Amino acid sequence: MLIAIISLSILGAALGLFLGVAARRLAVEGNPLVAEIQDILPGSQCGQCGYPGCAGAAQALADGSAPITLCPPGGRAVVQLLAAKLGVEANLSDVEESVPKVAEVKEEICIGCTRCFKVCPTDAIMGAAQQLHSVFREACTACGKCEEVCPTESIKLQPIPVTVQSWYWQKPPMKEAA
Amino acid sequence: MMFFEKFFGGLRGGVHPEGKKQLSAECPIRSVPLPQKLYVPLQQHIGAPAAPVVKVGERVLKGQLVAAAQGNVSAPVHAPTSGVVSALGDHVAPHPSGLPVPTLTIESDGQEEWVALAGIEQPLELAQEDIAARVAAAGIVGLGGATFPSALKLNLSRASGVQTLILNGGECEPYLTCDDRIMRERAAEIVEGIALIAKAVAAQEVLIGIEDNKPEAIATMQAAAQGSAIKVVAMPSMYPMGSEKQIIQVLTGKEIPAGGRPADIGVLVHNVATAWAVQQAIRYGRPLISRIVTLSGGAMRTPCNVEALIGTPVEELLTVAGGLVPPVARMVLGGPMMGQQFTDMRVPVVKGTSGVLALTASETGQAEASPCIRCSTCVRACPIGLLPLEMAAFIRVSDLASSVALGLKDCISCGSCSYVCPAHIPLVHYFNYAKGDLAAQERGKLKQEATKKLADARNERMARIERERAEAAAKRKAAREAKERAAKEAAEKAQQESSASESA
Repeated sequence: MLIAIISLSILGAALGLFLGVAARRLAVEGNPLVAEIQDILPGSQCGQCGYPGCAGAAQALADGSAPITLCPPGGRAVVQLLAAKLGVEANLSDVEESVPKVAEVKEEICIGCTRCFKVCPTDAIMGAAQQLHSVFREACTACGKCEEVCPTESIKLQPIPVTVQSWYWQKPPMKEAA
Repeated sequence: MMFFEKFFGGLRGGVHPEGKKQLSAECPIRSVPLPQKLYVPLQQHIGAPAAPVVKVGERVLKGQLVAAAQGNVSAPVHAPTSGVVSALGDHVAPHPSGLPVPTLTIESDGQEEWVALAGIEQPLELAQEDIAARVAAAGIVGLGGATFPSALKLNLSRASGVQTLILNGGECEPYLTCDDRIMRERAAEIVEGIALIAKAVAAQEVLIGIEDNKPEAIATMQAAAQGSAIKVVAMPSMYPMGSEKQIIQVLTGKEIPAGGRPADIGVLVHNVATAWAVQQAIRYGRPLISRIVTLSGGAMRTPCNVEALIGTPVEELLTVAGGLVPPVARMVLGGPMMGQQFTDMRVPVVKGTSGVLALTASETGQAEASPCIRCSTCVRACPIGLLPLEMAAFIRVSDLASSVALGLKDCISCGSCSYVCPAHIPLVHYFNYAKGDLAAQERGKLKQEATKKLADARNERMARIERERAEAAAKRKAAREAKERAAKEAAEKAQQESSASESA
C-alpha cells in the first residue's frame, strides 16, 4: 500500500517535472502557421488586402478572419497553396474574374521621375532619373504600388497579353444535359 | 507477327478510322513553284523561340542561318530560299489559337542561290558528337509533328544508352501520305540517315515500323535495307499506331512507365522523314528548309503530295492541288485526328506541317454533344488504358486534381475517345483544356516563387541600406563629438596656459 503510494507519487512528480521543463524548453513562440502562411504569400507588402503587409495578412489568415482569396497579386497559385495549407475549399471563381495583369509604362508620358521603381517591392522596374522606365513582366506581381505614385499616370496595370506560349484551349461550353 | 497480333491484340485500345489514304497515296511528290514571299516563324519547335540574326533589308542566301537557337531546348531556323528579309514582325501562325507569332518574311529573288554548304563524303566516319552537332546546326526537329529538337533527343539518348532505335513509318492518321511517299521515293537516303542516327546513339537494334496498309513502302524499305542490320516490321493498321508509346509497345513489347520517356526503357524513336533530313544535313550540309506535305480531303480538287519550302503560305500550295471544291467545312493542318483547325489561308508551312486538309461537312462528322450514357466505349478505345469519361466528368466540375489522379498527364491527346463517343462529347477537348490550365497554374507558381525571392532580396537590401546609413550616422556623430571634445580640451588647455602666464 505504502510502496504503491510512494512509487506513484514519485512517478507523478518526475513526469510533472519533465513536462514542466519540456514546456519551457520546447516552447514555440507565436503560431507556426503564421510563418508558414507568410512563406506562401508574395512578400511584396503591397497592402492591397487591407492588412498591414504580408505578416498582417498571414496572421488574419491563420485566425480565419480573412478569406484565402485576399491576395490579388498572388493570383490563383496562392489561393490554391493556401487552400491546401489551411484545409479549406478553394473557390477560384472570385479570383478568376480578375485577369492576370502586369504594370506597363506608357513611354510617351513617362518623365523619368524614378518614383515607381523606388516603391516596387520586387525590383521589377528598371530606370534612372530623366530616363524612360521599363517593367520586367516576369518580375511584376501587379501590386499596383507604382500606379499610386506615378505623377503622370504613365504606369498602369494592363492585362497580360495572350501569346502562343500561354494560350490554351478554353473549357468546352457547359451546354449538355437536356 | 500474326501470332503476336492475335495474342496481344497488337495494341491496347485504338480505333479504326477510315484511312482515305488512296486519295493521295499514288501521287508522286511534286514541287511547288517558288512563292514570292515566304513567312518563316521563329518558333517552329518545342522549346524557346530562335533569336533572329539577320536585319530587315539584308540579303540572305538559301540555307543561310537566319535565327539562332537559344537556350537548351531550341532549334535554329534557316532561309528557305535566297532573297531579301523584308520584315520581322507578327504573322498568323499555324496554331489553333490563330494568334500571330514573330515571323521573318523573306521576299525571294527567284535565284535559289545556295549558301556555301559543308557536306561530307564519308558521313559514317563522323564521331557521335559530331553527328548530333550537325543535326542541331541544321535545325532538324521531329518531322512526325511533335517538333522536338532531334539533336537533343540524340544527346539525351546517347547519355542514357539505347538498346533499340525505332524508325516511325506508322503514319496512322487518316489522309496523310507524306511518310508513305518519302519511304517509296527516297528509301536509300532514309536508310543512310538511319545508319547515321544509329551510329550517333550506338543503337544495338534498329527497327522500322510501317503499318501494313502501305505494302509498297514496306517492300521499298526492305529492298533498301537489304544487307544492313535494319529490320523492317509490318504493323497492324490502327490508330494511333504512329504514337511513340504505341509503336514501342507493338514493336518491343515494352511499355513506357507512366510519366516516363522512351529513354527510360532504352528506346529511341525518330520519324522516317527525320532520318531523311538527317541524311541531307550530314551528307550534303543542307539545313532543314523543306518538307513533304500531303494536300488532301474531300474538298481538295486534286489531292497530292508536295515538297514545300518552310514558310510557303498554304494558299500557294492549294494552287498546286487545283484549288478547293466548295463547300469546305473545315481546313486542318496535320491529320484529321490531332491536326489543328485554321481559317487564314496565309498560314505558312512549318517544320511540323505534315498535311493540309480541306474537309467536307460529311468528313468532319460534327454533331451536338449529348449527355454521357456511361457506355464506356471511350475506355475501350483509349490506347493508354485511361478512363476518359471519368476524367472528363471531373474536369467539367473543375476538379482537375482528381482527373490528374486518374492519369490525365499520361493522356496523349490522340482523340480516339472523342472519335468513338456515341454522345459526341468533346472528350479530348476537355483534356487539352485541363492540361493547358494545369500548365498555366504551374507557370503561376513558378512566377510566384521567383517574385517572392525578389521581394525578399529587396527587403534585405533595404534593411542593409538602413543599417549602413545608421552606422554611418553614428560614426559621423562620434567623430564630431570627438572633434568637439578635442577642441574643448584645447581651449581649456590654452586658457590654463594663458592664466598661468598671466600669474607668472
